[in-house]
Formats: sequence, structure tokens, C-alpha cells
Amino acid sequence: MNLHEYQAKQLFAEYGLPVSQGIAVDTADEAVAAAKEIGGDKWVIKAQVHAGGRGKAGGVKLVSSDDEIREFTNRLAGTNLVTFQTDEKGQPVSKIYVEACTDIERELYLGAVIDRSTRRVTFMASTEGGVEIEKVAEETPEKILRATIDPMTGASPYQGRDIAFQLGLKGRQVNQFANVFMKLARLFDECDIALIEINPLVVTTNGDIHCLDAKLSIDSNALYRQKPIGEMRDHSQEDERENQASEFNLNYVALEGNIGCMVNGAGLAMGTMDLVKLHGGQPANFLDVGGGANKEAVSEAFKIILSDEGVKAVLINIFGGIVRCDIIAEGIIGAVKEVGVSVPVVVRFEGNNAARGVKTLAESDVDIIAATSLTDAVEQVVKAAGGA
Amino acid sequence: MSILIDKSTKVICQGFTGSQGTLHSEQAIAYGTKMVGGITPGKGGQEHLGLPVFDTVREAVETTGAQASVIYVPAPFAKDGMLEAAAAGIKLIVCITEGVPTLDMLVVKASLDAQGVRVIGPNCPGVITPGECKIGIMPGDIHLPGKVGIVSRSGTLTYEAVKQTTDLGFGQSSCVGIGGDPIPGSNFIDILGMFEDDPQTEAIVMVGEIGGTAEEEAAEFIKSNVSKPVVGYIAGVTAPPGKRMGHAGAIIAGGKGTAEEKFASLQAAGVNTVESLADIGKTLQELTGW
Repeated sequence: MNLHEYQAKQLFAEYGLPVSQGIAVDTADEAVAAAKEIGGDKWVIKAQVHAGGRGKAGGVKLVSSDDEIREFTNRLAGTNLVTFQTDEKGQPVSKIYVEACTDIERELYLGAVIDRSTRRVTFMASTEGGVEIEKVAEETPEKILRATIDPMTGASPYQGRDIAFQLGLKGRQVNQFANVFMKLARLFDECDIALIEINPLVVTTNGDIHCLDAKLSIDSNALYRQKPIGEMRDHSQEDERENQASEFNLNYVALEGNIGCMVNGAGLAMGTMDLVKLHGGQPANFLDVGGGANKEAVSEAFKIILSDEGVKAVLINIFGGIVRCDIIAEGIIGAVKEVGVSVPVVVRFEGNNAARGVKTLAESDVDIIAATSLTDAVEQVVKAAGGA
Repeated sequence: MSILIDKSTKVICQGFTGSQGTLHSEQAIAYGTKMVGGITPGKGGQEHLGLPVFDTVREAVETTGAQASVIYVPAPFAKDGMLEAAAAGIKLIVCITEGVPTLDMLVVKASLDAQGVRVIGPNCPGVITPGECKIGIMPGDIHLPGKVGIVSRSGTLTYEAVKQTTDLGFGQSSCVGIGGDPIPGSNFIDILGMFEDDPQTEAIVMVGEIGGTAEEEAAEFIKSNVSKPVVGYIAGVTAPPGKRMGHAGAIIAGGKGTAEEKFASLQAAGVNTVESLADIGKTLQELTGW
């Protein structure tokens, strides 16, 4: 689960990290009032979306008058911002964040993720802050400094100092940086973080270390023990159908094609999509009904797939492990009767009670094509959708 | 021979009296797995499915001599369950539980590695040595004792590979679902090494998916350490790149993790890759001449 910058900075502030004073608002009037409350004669005003690349996309502006604040807020609030990290529709601007202005001397990069191959939380830092950081990592990997955290001992200040000296920080900046490092490591651990990114982390003209941006991702599996963070979830940043699906423990991702897919298991769902593509079709979605799918979940899955008007045929591929195919068959029949399916539906059952599932479908009065094998199922559905 | 488990492996179940523990223990017993008891704190002394229930894993191990434990407890308790099993002297933990927080696994993995305890999972179907021992949630009847070792990150994709090797009559030596989580207790390399050393295993099927670099690392390992024929499949060629946030994930992955990259790494390591998951068995047949 991702957080907005203003939410991440709120957490940063709770952990004593150096962030600017800022206020998140919805309207131009509130934005002007926020600037007044913060004080000064210059502010940075930022659109809040779950995506990077906001600056280049016009979602961040340095402002010095009420008119500018109003113009920016009126132009962006309630619209979608398209950046190089979003799709072509962009992400809705949830809030406008008004922040005190910081005078910058140097821009650095600091991030932390879980590195799967070393199985450690890994901090990464670079002197090359800004949006070109991925290019830096690719072309000059030696410019990315790393510190790995031992899960048994946690982070140690020397690791922060080591990076600070390599970044060329001087005097009190070294301890300030080590402090930021230690606090971030504690935040990472205590809040079940999946990703932290501060790009840029800056040295101000006063010579202090300051977190100018903040991105945080939380491990969704840990939300049961991160209740206050869970409440920060912004559903507007997520796909509506994906949200609807997750309420029924279905994992759904919308795609561009015309063949709706319903599969049990994420791996098999991806493998089925790949097969559709391999046989010349285009999958309309990824949908994993999960290991414990029941009649209701199958029925709901059907409705979600059919709510996509681009769908010209549906492929159901179930390898029954725990799931019984005859139960799935009943769910399919129920859903077809309830929502009235007008496109061809191809079903392939394998595993637990597969034969009984096929029989249940055959004996029903709904029009379903039963496939004899996986390849047969894919060929039939591609044909039904209008061919390769 | 087989890997990890056989007909003599004594197995206990943590979360024994819960719905998942009950359902799958029943099926394991029916399959012939040597289940010797289970653990549900507070229910020690009772009997469940004809087997003794213990309060702690320590008691269960002391009383039954169990060597392996299968965990079905809910995700918030999985870390505790794995640490308890290791402390009690269990050497093989199979954690089926889905949704274990990643930071919990970082600690569990570091601790259990230091103790020399093997974990399979979490978020996995488990391990089976066909005809001998089934630990997990896979349907037993699609398996056939035989000569193919199967290792996979995905549950239902494992079943596809199993079914194809069963239909062609090759059978399986052992099948291991290592699970789809970012920090698995065991990775491809661990299992590939065991299959290479196992005389019963004559060929290997490896089923991967997009994300992470486990398949690329496995390819490096296969190049220098695996002499048996390997068929490889990667799911997720058509999966869209997820909505991205920031750069840190991309920097750490260093351009790896896509299906194309994984296929290329495996091919470079001499693995016979299949584009269609329906072709796993067929390709194995062509490769081995069986």
C-alpha cells in the first residue's frame, strides 16, 4: 500500500526526521490560508498522487503569491496528473500540499527497500539526487552507495556515517545524516515498510540535512498490525474494479484485451494469459479467484469480468486443488443466470472433481463450451473472441 | 530416494485443530503421511483425528520424535510458529500460511539459517514425495511416483507440471512449492542442488514467475552445478508492469525480473525453456528421449 507525500511526511515528523512544515488542502481558499499559516513569502505547492515524476509533469510549483497558489490549486485539484510513472489516464490529484520553501545547496538521493537476493533491508544513497537516479544506477552503479541491515542486530550509526563521508558530507552534516539513517531504519522496522525513498534529500543553504520529498510503501500483509497507517489508504488512487475484487478476496488487474480470464492461483492466471497471447489472443484481465474460491466469489468474479465492455469471450481455467470443480461449476451457472452472459464462455476443469464439474455444466441449460485440454481451451476462446 | 521427505518422515502439524489444519491433516493421513500429532496451545492432552494434541512443539517433539512440522496457523502467528518449531529441534518446517509480513520472514530466515533449519514456504502448496509422504495442500491423486523433480514458485502451476508428467507416465521423485513470497525460506538453488544429488531424480522441471531475481540466480547455479536435464517455464510474459512508485525497486533489481530476462538467463544456462505451459511434459519427453 502506497502513501501520499503528505502522509509520509507526517510519519517522518513523528519519527523526528527533518521535514518542512506543510498542510494538505482541497481548495484554493484553504491553500491560501495554509500558506499564510506557514508564513514566509515563498512556498512549494505539490499535487498529491501515488506516482513519481510529478515535477516534470507540472505537479510541483514554487509560488510566491496568493494568485499563483489559487491558479495552481484550481487547475489541478480534482483532475488527473499524468507522469512518466502513470498510465495515460494519470492518477487523480487527491490533495494539494502547501509547504514551506527550502533553499537548496545540494541534492542527494536516499532510499531503502528489501533486497530479495540478500534478504536484507538495503539502504541506497547517491550524490546524484533527482529524477535521473535510475539512469545513474544503470550506467554508473558505483555511484550508488549501499548499506545492508542485519535483521538480528538492526541498523548501526557507523553505517550512516560511512555513507555520509562517502557522500562528501562535512561537519555536523555527518551526524545529521547518520541520525536520518537510524530514524529511517527504525521507521522501516516498526511500520512494516516495503519502500522508502527520499529524492531529493538535500543539504540546505544553511548547511543542514533535510528531507525534501518522501515516498513510503507499506507491506500490505502487515496492515493488520499497522492500523493507523491502514487508515491512510486512499482508494481513489486504486482501480475501482480492483478494489471491488479485493473485497471478495479476488485479485484482479484490468488489461487492454478482449478475452476475460478467470483462473485459480496467481501463477496459473499469468500462465493462462501468456497462453492466450501465444495463441494470438489478447487477455482482458488478470483474475485470480484464489485457493479457497466459493460460489459467491466465482459469481462476483464473473460480474467483474463482464463489467469490462471490451470482453468478447471468457476463459475459465480451474485446476482444482482444494477448490472443487463442481462447486465452481455451480458458481458459473448461477452467475450466468444472474447476470445474463451474452459472450461465449469456455471452461477448462482439471483436478479435484473435474469430471463432475464438466457434467454439472453439461447438464445445465447455460451455453458453455467445455474444453478437453488447456491448449484446446485457449484455442477455442481465441476463436470465439474473433480469432487471432 | 527422494528429497526432503519420505515414508519414514514423522510429521506434526501446527494449527492442527483449526479448519485448514484439520482438512489437510486428514488428507495427509489418508495419503499415507506418517502424521504423529499436532499442536494447538491450550488443547494439549486432547485427541484429534486419532492423534495426540500437544500444547507446545517441544512436547510434541519429545513425545513423538517428529522431524518435520507443517504450519497452518494464521499469518500473524506464523513467525512465532516457525521460531517455536526450530527451537524444539524440528529440522524441516513447511509453512503453508499465506500473507506473512515480509519483515517477519527476514528475521525468521536469518535465525533459522543460523540454526541449520530448513523452511519451505511460506505461501506455498508444500512438499510431496509421491506414494510416500504429502506435506501440504496439493491434491495427492494427480501425482505418480517417478523420476522428475519439480520445483515451483506457484501452487496451481506446479499441479499443471505434475499432471503432465503423470499423464506421460514419468512420475515425480519429489515436488516442492517454494512459494511466491519475496523472502522464501528456500529458493530454487536450494532445491535444485538436492535434486542434482538425488539418484531417483533423472530430470528437473523448474517453474518460475516474474519479479525478483531468483530465476536468474538459479540459472547461474544450473550452469555450473546441475548436470541433469532441466525444463524451465516462466509465467508472466504478458503481465503489465505494475504502477510504479519511486525508483528504489528498479535500482535494486538492476533491470532484472522480467519474464524475457528470466527466459534469456535460463536459456544461456542450457535450460530448455517452454513458452507454453502446456508443453512442459512434451518438452521433457523430447529432451530425455523417454
